[in-house]
Amino acid sequence: MTAAVDIKGVTKRFDDVYAVDDIDLSIADGEFFAMLGPSGCGKTTTLRMIAGLEFPTMGSLKIFGEEVGTLPPNKRPVNTVFQNYALFPHMSVLDNVSFGLRMNKVDKTTAAKKAHELIELVQLSGMEKRRPSQLSGGQQQRVALARALVNEPKVLLLDEPLGALDLKLRQEMQGELKSLQRELGVSFVFVTHDQEEALTMADRIAVMHNGKLLQVGTPEDIYERPANRFVADFIGQTNLLDAVVEDDDMIILENGTRLMAPNPLPPGTKVAMSLRPEAVDIGPRGTVPAEHQKTSLEGVVESMTYLGHALDYTVKIGWIDLEVRADAVHAEQRFQPGDEVAVWWDRTSDWVVAD
Amino acid sequence: MTATLEPEASIDADVATPEFEAAREQQKRRQGLFMALPAYLYLFVFFVIPLVIVIVYSFATRTRFGTELSGWNIDSYRRLGDPLVRDILLRSTTLAVITTLICLLLAYPFAYYMSTRSEKTRNLMLVFVMIPFWTNFLVRNYAWRVILGSDGPYSRLSEAIGFGEGRLLFTNVAVILGLVYGFLPFMILPLYAAIERIDGRLLEASRDLYASGFQSFRHVLLPLSMPGVVAGSILVFVPSLGAYVTPAILGGAKTTLLGSYIVTQFLSARDWPFGAALSFVLMAVMLTSTIVYFRKGGRTL
Repeated sequence: MTAAVDIKGVTKRFDDVYAVDDIDLSIADGEFFAMLGPSGCGKTTTLRMIAGLEFPTMGSLKIFGEEVGTLPPNKRPVNTVFQNYALFPHMSVLDNVSFGLRMNKVDKTTAAKKAHELIELVQLSGMEKRRPSQLSGGQQQRVALARALVNEPKVLLLDEPLGALDLKLRQEMQGELKSLQRELGVSFVFVTHDQEEALTMADRIAVMHNGKLLQVGTPEDIYERPANRFVADFIGQTNLLDAVVEDDDMIILENGTRLMAPNPLPPGTKVAMSLRPEAVDIGPRGTVPAEHQKTSLEGVVESMTYLGHALDYTVKIGWIDLEVRADAVHAEQRFQPGDEVAVWWDRTSDWVVAD
Repeated sequence: MTATLEPEASIDADVATPEFEAAREQQKRRQGLFMALPAYLYLFVFFVIPLVIVIVYSFATRTRFGTELSGWNIDSYRRLGDPLVRDILLRSTTLAVITTLICLLLAYPFAYYMSTRSEKTRNLMLVFVMIPFWTNFLVRNYAWRVILGSDGPYSRLSEAIGFGEGRLLFTNVAVILGLVYGFLPFMILPLYAAIERIDGRLLEASRDLYASGFQSFRHVLLPLSMPGVVAGSILVFVPSLGAYVTPAILGGAKTTLLGSYIVTQFLSARDWPFGAALSFVLMAVMLTSTIVYFRKGGRTL
């Protein structure tokens, strides 16, 4: 099957800055694909290159097998939902939505009919005559969505589409976008800096940093098996313990503690072990279950934060602080600062990344 | 208990009475008026009073000895229909329209280009646009006379190319050239202000929605920059219509334009009522176009 978007060796340089640095990426037809990274990582530039708003300095960019490298945006079968929507302020909702069809020389009655259908799809019936300035943020977002989708793009590009909405509306729209995508079966390529948004919505995620593609994978891959230290640190909260590989099964921490941590790296490699706070159990010293003896550490509770549903401990393990999240409901015992404790985890829940 | 809260609540109620708000509003308004007083006074003395005088004179009678402020009539306005006057009005209007159109065609791409540059380049370009203002308007017109004159660079160039001795000076073309040169900044500045305000992403959005470059201009850029187009056009059209200096220096003696015709009425023909009527009509045109502009929602002036 041809990929919806196929990027090979694409680089984008602005003067001396490599905004996007030699990336390879393939997005399947019908996929909900998220591009995630901190601001300035090159995710938006990548999206703009797919849209045709920027041209690659080098490399090949194909949409459904057709090379589009330097094709202007109006000649590409993709549409964009812009950050802050970029709705035409001098046009009504209806004129905004039918804009693409009118530019494409679709006859007026057909264009109006299709525009009405899309306005109904995004639940804005009755607002056709309003100007964008008379709509709320959420409604503007829907207009932007309808305006892009009315053209039946083969790929829909979304640039931080939920960034301007408040939390509640954002969560609502996340669900709606996801179901809309399933219904239409069109590839959605979604740029966001919000890792939670990417994890909840996307089929696959690409993590970018400094113009480079660090990892592409399912949300589970990215969260549970990060490819490197940056990804582990960027996605969710994690503890990173510096260590050196001893053999296939063991690593040695900086203070000489040997821990069981299966890894494929050669002995002597400097690594970091990623340990999610929620994967760590906490208990009094000497209560470590036998099977966890080689995946445990001892320390002293430094602070405790009560979150209602959970308890966040900071445990001082000699030279580092370890964040531990305990379930408030099922915790057998609660600890106070100063308590001597042991922490342990399952052999499968840690993850070793090359430094 | 609640008793301790009540006095405070009643104070709040006092503060929020409509009377208090109204008094405050009035106080603010009075303050504003005070600040604007010098400007109002100036406008009244140097604009309103002369305007009233012009209107009064336009209804007066011309006698052998001058103007008599009696026997009020509208003869002066009737004379606007004379073939001679009509020709002058038509010629001046045509010249002003041509000047405005040329300015618009020259200024729009320039203003757009300027608005897409970096802030530093933009400011530099703005300075270049304003540089001509540092020289006296009269001097600049005489400079054109030198350039277009029979021994000037223009005729030498046209001779060198083989077009023979080109004669531009003292023609309408020279007048238009001078007017465009003089008023182009008045077109560029409001256009720039209007275009610069437009969100560049709107143009990207239109390209993304299958608009060609021209369609983007036609459906997004032009409508959104309309306030600038209207403002610039008024700022160029109005002074071009009543221009006196440029036609006097660069124009021919054969083709009288409105500005010099009015001057003639006051100074040579000693026909103050007719001169006043012409001036008033010119002013009415300006006023109407300005009202049209503000109706269009322009704010860039």
